[in-house]
Amino acid sequence: MKKISFVFMSCVLVVLLTLTGCSNEDTGGKESGDSSNGSSGSSILSKVIDNKKLVAGVNDELPGFGYIDESGKNVGFDVDFARVLAAGAIGDAEAVEFRPLSAQERFTAVQTGEVDVLIRNTTWTTNRDSEVGLNFAPTTFYDGQGIMVRADSGVESLEDLKGMRIGVDTGTTTELNLADQMRALGIEHDAVVFDGQDAVVAAYESGSIDAWTTDKSGLVARQAVMENPDDHKILEENLSKEPLGPSVKGGDDKWFDAVNWMVFATIQAEEYGITSKNVDEFLESENPEIRRLLGTEGNLGEQLGLPKDFAYQIIKQVGNYGEIFEKNLGAETIFKLDRGLNALHTDGGILYSPPFR
Amino acid sequence: MNNEPQINATSDSSVVGPPKNTVGVGGWLKTNLFSGWANIILTIVSATIISYVVFHTGKFIFLADWTVIESNFRLLMVGQFPLEETWRVWAAVFLISALLGSSWGLWRGVMRHVTLVIAGLMVFSLILPFIQTNTRLILVGNIICIFLFYIIGRKVTKLKIPVLLLWILFIPLVISLFNGFGILPKVNSNIWGGFLLTLLIASVAIVCSFPLGVLLALGRRSKLPVVKWFCIIYIELIRGIPLITILFVFQLMLPLFLGNSIEVSNVLRVMVGFTLFSAAYLAENIRGGLQSIPRGQFEAAHALGLNSTYTMGFIVLPQAIKAVIPACVGQFISIFKDTSLVAIVGLTELLGMGQKVIANPAFLGKNMEVFLFIAFIYFIFCSLMSYVSRRLENTLGAGER
Repeated sequence: MKKISFVFMSCVLVVLLTLTGCSNEDTGGKESGDSSNGSSGSSILSKVIDNKKLVAGVNDELPGFGYIDESGKNVGFDVDFARVLAAGAIGDAEAVEFRPLSAQERFTAVQTGEVDVLIRNTTWTTNRDSEVGLNFAPTTFYDGQGIMVRADSGVESLEDLKGMRIGVDTGTTTELNLADQMRALGIEHDAVVFDGQDAVVAAYESGSIDAWTTDKSGLVARQAVMENPDDHKILEENLSKEPLGPSVKGGDDKWFDAVNWMVFATIQAEEYGITSKNVDEFLESENPEIRRLLGTEGNLGEQLGLPKDFAYQIIKQVGNYGEIFEKNLGAETIFKLDRGLNALHTDGGILYSPPFR
Repeated sequence: MNNEPQINATSDSSVVGPPKNTVGVGGWLKTNLFSGWANIILTIVSATIISYVVFHTGKFIFLADWTVIESNFRLLMVGQFPLEETWRVWAAVFLISALLGSSWGLWRGVMRHVTLVIAGLMVFSLILPFIQTNTRLILVGNIICIFLFYIIGRKVTKLKIPVLLLWILFIPLVISLFNGFGILPKVNSNIWGGFLLTLLIASVAIVCSFPLGVLLALGRRSKLPVVKWFCIIYIELIRGIPLITILFVFQLMLPLFLGNSIEVSNVLRVMVGFTLFSAAYLAENIRGGLQSIPRGQFEAAHALGLNSTYTMGFIVLPQAIKAVIPACVGQFISIFKDTSLVAIVGLTELLGMGQKVIANPAFLGKNMEVFLFIAFIYFIFCSLMSYVSRRLENTLGAGER
């Protein structure tokens, strides 16, 4: 009997200890979050600044935009924008806690406040802005859905795809976009649905489908690692508009404004030619616009509830928009993406920052 | 084959050997693979298929570029666990080595096999080409640790209770170690990942669901209507819902129900979900065992004057559990494999880590290598579990009746 009760008690103990062991950390984290909320309004901005930690919902399975490198560090285009926000609000680009989110759970995570900001290749749509209750900060990447075909297939435009087998990844908007576009143009085709992009690419490479579609950035990335990249080409046409950018929970204007202007700061910095390397020289600049941006004049930072030198910290620690783009997607990388729409308005793109004043 | 007639000739020429075509390799082949035209066709067809598969798999394995595993090995094993805190994981491994070694010395039997298999696994990891030198040294340390504690366990028999206690406290201890005991900086559970997370979720679910399953099985057979109906409803409800749904409910709905006031870590939510799910299935397994115990056992226990608690605890349960070991281990194995589902609720266990690794532009298109490696790890650990269960059955003599 002694032995039985001993075993039983130990089992109970194990369960209890495991539960308490796991939950310890969270009660600690939560209390600090609460006290800060009480002391200075209820904006996420003050929570982020007080906790010295930004919780960013990211994708870590998307080449170029968010992934984990060999040393276990989160890197990528979206990830760098999370660092931009941390550098601006907290002054430390590394003060980010990355929360990998799946496509299904991303919106719930923002609504429940589990993440402070969602930077997970999320397309800005009417429905998401209104009913889902998000606020979309400026678009950081203008993407569009494209189609890849074999170079020798003679396909030049969407019309040529008549009767062909086109592969798509299931459960994404790409599937819907393809159907919409083809119906609008009245093109008969055979959509073949796969689970996961790897499966689509494998089928395309083995020749069982004639074409496949996903966002153009994804097509370019995949083309780069195909056996003979030159045997394939991406059609000029866009099947859809995919403006991707950071989004935050609706109804928190303070935080929304701060995120907006931190993103604008990277674009404005590129327009002025301020980079992470030469930003210190610009501190001496006589140009009043640059002085206001870098916080050497005026109090724009304070008006936003951010540190005075938020733009300086962003540029110094992460870089301007062009640097972030080049580092993750540009000519130096396997993607070799063209700036295209993502060039400054002065260079034929549509990136445009309102004035800092 | 050629020697056979000679042997016969030299020993005793009057003894006639068995017909040539029934002995040796040729004989075996004839009786087992080519005994009739149907078998001949079957043999040829399956041999062709098998050699085709083996040839192409082998070709792939030898021609594939395994650097993706080499450079991401750490990630696959412990995820984003910070480099400077990895000693905590190693401390846990050392603790388990010491426990295994001493249990081997103290109890022999099954523990001997378990320990030897795990030591063998460590030796095997030693010869893998992509293991770093300091990892090799630590592994050697672990192997030495196992044998050292084996000797200690053999000499000092008093250690039985402390070792048992340590086994019971092992998982809570490891989790508190990762949390830093409140002294060291804690390693947040959201960066526990890779195989480490797979093992943690699986072992917590297995260890916690077993007692819960026993209680539910007993409750379902209880004469108290409230207890009985609670257990029936619980078991049937959980068994009627797919595991994925349970995980989604715990991951996404729980924060909505609890509001902002109570925050529970992702990992804990998943662990609780797995435990509750597995407990319902185990309860049914164990109930099967309970029903297989003949009435005579109850009556004999009563005749000896044991009350119902004693009867259950000493007579019925031990026999019942012994009878359902294979079914329970089957459930444990499936729980171990089901941990791969947490990848879809944003946790990065072994499979999730694999998916992240292949998203790295440097390794784009290397999915087959990564998935093969992951399948290999799953295979090793699942076979280990079923091996241990077979040994356990032998030791307890479950199959002998």
